[in-house]
Amino acid sequence: MIRYSRRAVLKASAAFAGASTFAIPSIVHGESDRIRVGHLTPLTGFLGALGTYATLGMKLAVEEINQAGGIMGRQLDVMSEDSVNPATAATKAQRMLEQDGATVLLGEINSASALTVMQVAARNKKLFMQTGARSDALRGKNCNKYTFHTDIPNTVMVNAVGQSLLRDNMVKDKKFYTLTADYIFGHDLLAAAKRFFGANQGNLIGDELIATDVTDFSPYLLKIRQAKPDVVCSNLAGNQVTTLIKQYSEFGLPYPIVGFNLNTADAWAAGDGNLSGTWPTVWYHTLDVPASKAFVAGFLKKYGKPPENHAWIEYVAFKMMAQAMTDTKSTDTDKLIAYFEKETEFDILKARKAHFRAWDHQLMQEAYPFTVRPKGQANDQWDFIALGTAVPKAGEPLEQLAPTQEQNPCSL
Amino acid sequence: MQFGFLLEQVVNGLVLGGYYLLISLGLSLIFSVGGIVNLAHGAFYALGAYGCVEITKYLGFGPAVVLSPIAVALLGILFERFILRRFYTADPILSLLVTFGLAMVAEQAIRIVWGAAPLSASIPPAFRGSVFLGDFLFSRYRLLILAVVAAVLLGVWLLLHKTSFGCVVRAGIQKPDMVAALGIRLQPYMTSIVMLGVGMAALGGAFFAPITIVHPAMGAEIITVAFVVVVIGGLGSFWGVVIAALLVGVVRGITIHFAPAAGEASIYVLMFLVLLVRPRGLLGERIEKFE
Repeated sequence: MIRYSRRAVLKASAAFAGASTFAIPSIVHGESDRIRVGHLTPLTGFLGALGTYATLGMKLAVEEINQAGGIMGRQLDVMSEDSVNPATAATKAQRMLEQDGATVLLGEINSASALTVMQVAARNKKLFMQTGARSDALRGKNCNKYTFHTDIPNTVMVNAVGQSLLRDNMVKDKKFYTLTADYIFGHDLLAAAKRFFGANQGNLIGDELIATDVTDFSPYLLKIRQAKPDVVCSNLAGNQVTTLIKQYSEFGLPYPIVGFNLNTADAWAAGDGNLSGTWPTVWYHTLDVPASKAFVAGFLKKYGKPPENHAWIEYVAFKMMAQAMTDTKSTDTDKLIAYFEKETEFDILKARKAHFRAWDHQLMQEAYPFTVRPKGQANDQWDFIALGTAVPKAGEPLEQLAPTQEQNPCSL
Repeated sequence: MQFGFLLEQVVNGLVLGGYYLLISLGLSLIFSVGGIVNLAHGAFYALGAYGCVEITKYLGFGPAVVLSPIAVALLGILFERFILRRFYTADPILSLLVTFGLAMVAEQAIRIVWGAAPLSASIPPAFRGSVFLGDFLFSRYRLLILAVVAAVLLGVWLLLHKTSFGCVVRAGIQKPDMVAALGIRLQPYMTSIVMLGVGMAALGGAFFAPITIVHPAMGAEIITVAFVVVVIGGLGSFWGVVIAALLVGVVRGITIHFAPAAGEASIYVLMFLVLLVRPRGLLGERIEKFE
């Protein structure tokens, strides 16, 4: 048997740690003519599949920006890492700003991690383009001056699906049973759902908080059967939704299921014939807009599969940031914030242009409810979603579904 | 009525326990015979699921759930022959490290080959939906899993208790020195045990692919529960693992019924209580080499 002394182990690990610390700065100094961006997104865990798509979207955007001559002649240089969990995300964000010379932070999907990165950005007075986290609290009571939010918030997702439910007479005096992801995002989504039920005489008869690593939903499904609701409603996150959809279809419960959150990568994984109901999305690759189609074609060519909504959001977020730097001819945080706060309009590959709302830094844009195509009508494995018409409708203000200034406690 | 629903949770828990059993039994056998805590066990479960999804595309679900575990069991031979075999007599920390490393390598390899996005898999149409027995609701597919688990269990029990192979394996758990003194090499038996163990894990993965998410980290997710089952059941005991697996399934179901927030914690509380009363697990035998 080989035994290592504690001293030998300590020496080896100290040497290893030392080597990795000293190796990095030498690279940094040689590339100061580049614009460095810190990109964090979950690549593992229950949001890992979404983060992987986000990274693909980021790479495509950076490639296009750099091929077109970069920003003010400077190339974009992105450090992209797995944010793992809220604590690690904050540590990595701090390191990227402090040691690695990042001018801007961009990314995230996990609302809890986004929150810690927002705090790091504020402490360092650097811009954070928060792409994929949807919790209302981030742009509400936790909002800060240095963070801009690209994805639709929970309230918008609830309202987007809610309008379809109201149209189909599925809310008033109906009994709802919800399943909720047990972390900040889920709690926040449940709160938005409760507000919606309350305002429209829906009746919430039961809710289950479900940890993000649960792989078997059967005990919860039996409880739902016992409660006999009119509608089952999912407030779950990431691949939890996939598990629910699969097992719900397995048990064949008769109650219609709807959801206030679903990312298309998780919908694709649910398998043919398992998904049903009405869900919200912020973007889908079949969207009939020329700019969107061009992006999908470029993505397909590079990766051999269509982009999902997190690939899209990373792509447009990088493009908006590049546009801001080019137009202000600066990477200065205050100038960039001022540029976004002017409510400058951006082409985000949708029918209508989008802008960041000045008082809560939330991107105002169209969203879409979607339903599932009947079995056999999909052209390919990515095509089983039938996108509804954009909300708000053309002609209505983009702010219509977002929380109002009275509802949102944000003060920057 | 309340009692009826509770009974339903108990039965559902038993079915779930049966699935935990497929993964835990192999883990327990490999530990009991070889003295190796196989942290890579979850990787074989994941490979079983991925193999099943791939083979289903070409041959359908039926052949896939048979072929995928067989393929993984064959992989188990390589795993035993080239990796595990070097660590039977080494410091346990080394086998922990190497299997832990292997679990990470396997997860990343899956990510490289199949991508991070989950694969889609569906239940074959014949087993969709649920069956009502009186007032009880059963998922038709889970009943199929239950039948498969029962058959596998019977097979493994017969193998261990009614064949000369099983006789040597059981002797090897308790008295490896004596077995060696009788001129029997345990290594070929260990190869078979590892094949059997990882094959069962892969079978679990293959059958669960249609109702859970087939993604790179699925092995890491299942391994914790599998360990809890092994620890509760106790080493060296076939029935200990069986009872523990069913108990874990039932306790989780009942806790979710009454106190949903404690549902996932309940199995750890159960482990704590069992260890408090019986430090070797429910039916764990005194095994000299581990004392």
